[in-house]
Amino acid sequence: MLNSSLKQLSAALAVKKISSVELTGLFLDRIEALNPAINAFITVDREKSLGEARVADARIAAGNAGPLTGIPVAHKDIFCAEGWLTTCGSKMLSNFVSPYDAHVIARFKAAGTVTLGKTNMDEFAMGSSNETSYYGPVKNPWDIGRVPGGSSGGAAACIAARMAPAATGTDTGGSIRQPAALCGLTGLKPTYGVVSRYGMIAFASSLDQGGPMAKSAEDCALLLSAMAGFDARDSTSLERPAEDYSRSLDAPLAGLKIGLPKEFFGEGMDADVRAAVEEALAQYRKLGAVTVEVSLPNSRLSVPAYYVLAPAEASSNLSRFDGVRYGYRAPEYGDLKDMYQKSRAQGFGSEVKRRILIGAYVLSHGYYDAYYLQAQRLRRLIAQDFEAAFQVCDVIMSPTSPSVAFAFGAKSADPVQMYLSDIYTISTNLAGLPGMSLPCGFGAGNMPVGLQLIGNYFDEARMLNVAHQYQQVTDWHLRMPAV
Amino acid sequence: MSLSLEQVQRIALLARIEISPLEAEATRGQLNHIFELIEEMQAVDTKGVEPMSHAQDLALRLREDAATEENRRAAFQAVAPEVEAGLYLVPKVIE
Repeated sequence: MLNSSLKQLSAALAVKKISSVELTGLFLDRIEALNPAINAFITVDREKSLGEARVADARIAAGNAGPLTGIPVAHKDIFCAEGWLTTCGSKMLSNFVSPYDAHVIARFKAAGTVTLGKTNMDEFAMGSSNETSYYGPVKNPWDIGRVPGGSSGGAAACIAARMAPAATGTDTGGSIRQPAALCGLTGLKPTYGVVSRYGMIAFASSLDQGGPMAKSAEDCALLLSAMAGFDARDSTSLERPAEDYSRSLDAPLAGLKIGLPKEFFGEGMDADVRAAVEEALAQYRKLGAVTVEVSLPNSRLSVPAYYVLAPAEASSNLSRFDGVRYGYRAPEYGDLKDMYQKSRAQGFGSEVKRRILIGAYVLSHGYYDAYYLQAQRLRRLIAQDFEAAFQVCDVIMSPTSPSVAFAFGAKSADPVQMYLSDIYTISTNLAGLPGMSLPCGFGAGNMPVGLQLIGNYFDEARMLNVAHQYQQVTDWHLRMPAV
Repeated sequence: MSLSLEQVQRIALLARIEISPLEAEATRGQLNHIFELIEEMQAVDTKGVEPMSHAQDLALRLREDAATEENRRAAFQAVAPEVEAGLYLVPKVIE
C-alpha cells in the first residue's frame, strides 16, 4: 500500500479491499514512526483525519466516490484549512487556527480526500532548503544529513518517506520543483492562474501558484484535475473550462520536439546531474522525441530580477502581519508603532525580514525605476525568450537543480548562494509558464536527480503525458529511500 | 551601490521591524551582498520594453457591487490577539 499509485489505492478502496479509515491509519502510523526523525509535518491530528476518512468511507459505501475519495493527502502549511493550525512555517502564525478553507482545500474536500496533516516549509515559503522554518528543518529521507529542498520540503519529504501518498505544494520560484527533484518525486507548477490562490498565504502574488506533488505524473494528473478550476475569489484566477489532465497520458511521443536551452547546459551544473539528465534525454530520443537547441539569453538575469520582484511583493503582502487581527503580538510594547515593530521583529525569522527589507528598499522613493521597473522590464524579456523558444519546440527540458541535495548549513550562511540554487526554475515563474520536475536517476551520494520540463501556457496535460511516457520505461519514480 | 547603516535603519523603520544597531550592521552586510547580485540587472538595456507586472496580460474582472460573503465576525475575531465587544484592541492612538 505504501508504494501504491493513487489509481491503485482508489481501486483498492472501490472494491473494499481496504477502507479509508484503515488506509489513513496506515499512513498516520507511519508518520508517528518516522516524523520525529524527518520533521516533515508541523501538525498531525489523528482524530480529525480519521473523522474525514469515515466521511469518505460513507461516501464510497453510498456509491458517490470520485477518483480521489478516501485518499489521504498532506497539505502544505501555507494553505488555510478550517479548524487546522496554519503556520506558514512562521512564529508569526504559530497560534493561527484558520477560520476558513483555501479554495484548494475546499476542492480536495469536495473530491473526498482525507487531510493527513499540515507539512513543514520554509518560513512564508522563502527558502530553498527548509532551513528557515520556525519549526526546525525537514530532513531529506534519502540522507538525513541533507536538505530536502524548499520551500515545499515537508511535502516532498513526507512522500519520499512514504508517510503520505500525495501532497500539495506551492511554487513561487521553484518551491514545488526543486524539493521534488531533491527528494526523487514528481511535482508540477501549473500555468499561473490555473489553481486559485484564495486562502493560500501570499508571498509574491504575481508568481505564487499551487500544484501537486506525488510519486508519478499519473498521480499528479489526478491531483491537478481536482485542484484546478476557476475561483471568483482570486482576482487572477483564469476562467477556463475544466480539464481532465489525465486525458492524454497514453499518447505516444513520436515527433515530440524537446528544446534544450543552451544557457541551462553550460557552466554551473554538477557533473553527476548532467550525466543523469543526458541519459534521460537519450531515453526520450528512444521514445521518438527529437532534441533541438534553443536559447533563453536573458535567463541568467532571472535570479536578480526575481530577487527584486518577489521581495517587493512580499514586503507589501506581509505588511498585513501587524499583531492586530491575527497572529503573533509581542508580549510587551509601548505605543502602537512600537507594538508593530516589536511584533514583527519577534514574529518573523531572519530570511523573511531580509526579504521585507529588500522589498521596502526597491519600492522606496528614488529607487523604484532603477530596481522595480527594471526588473519588470527584464521579466518581459525573459517571457519573450520563452515565446521564441516555443516557436521551435513543444517542451523545454533541463535539470531542475544544478546539484543534488546539499548538506545542512552548506548554503545557509550565504543567501546569494542559496538563491542561485533556483537558477533553472525561477524564469518559469517570471514568465507564468507551467513547470514540472520528475526523477531521472541518482547522483553523488546516491541522491535523486530531477529533470525539469517547461511547457507552453496551459500545456499541463501534454507535459504530464511527456513525463508519464518516460515513467513507463523507467523506474526512478518507484525507488524509495531506506528509512 | 552600497547601503549605509542609516539607510538600513530607515528601511527597517518603513517596514515596521525593530532592529538593534548590532543587527543593522549585520543586515547591512547581507543586503549589500544581495544587491551586488541585483546590480547585474543594470547591464541590460531595456529601453522601450514595457514593464511586465503580471504573468497574464488580462484586465481585472468586474463584478456586481453586492455583498457575497456572510458575516463571520466572531469566527474571524477568535484568532485576534485582543478583542473586546467586537472591536480589535490596540494601544491608544489619539490622546
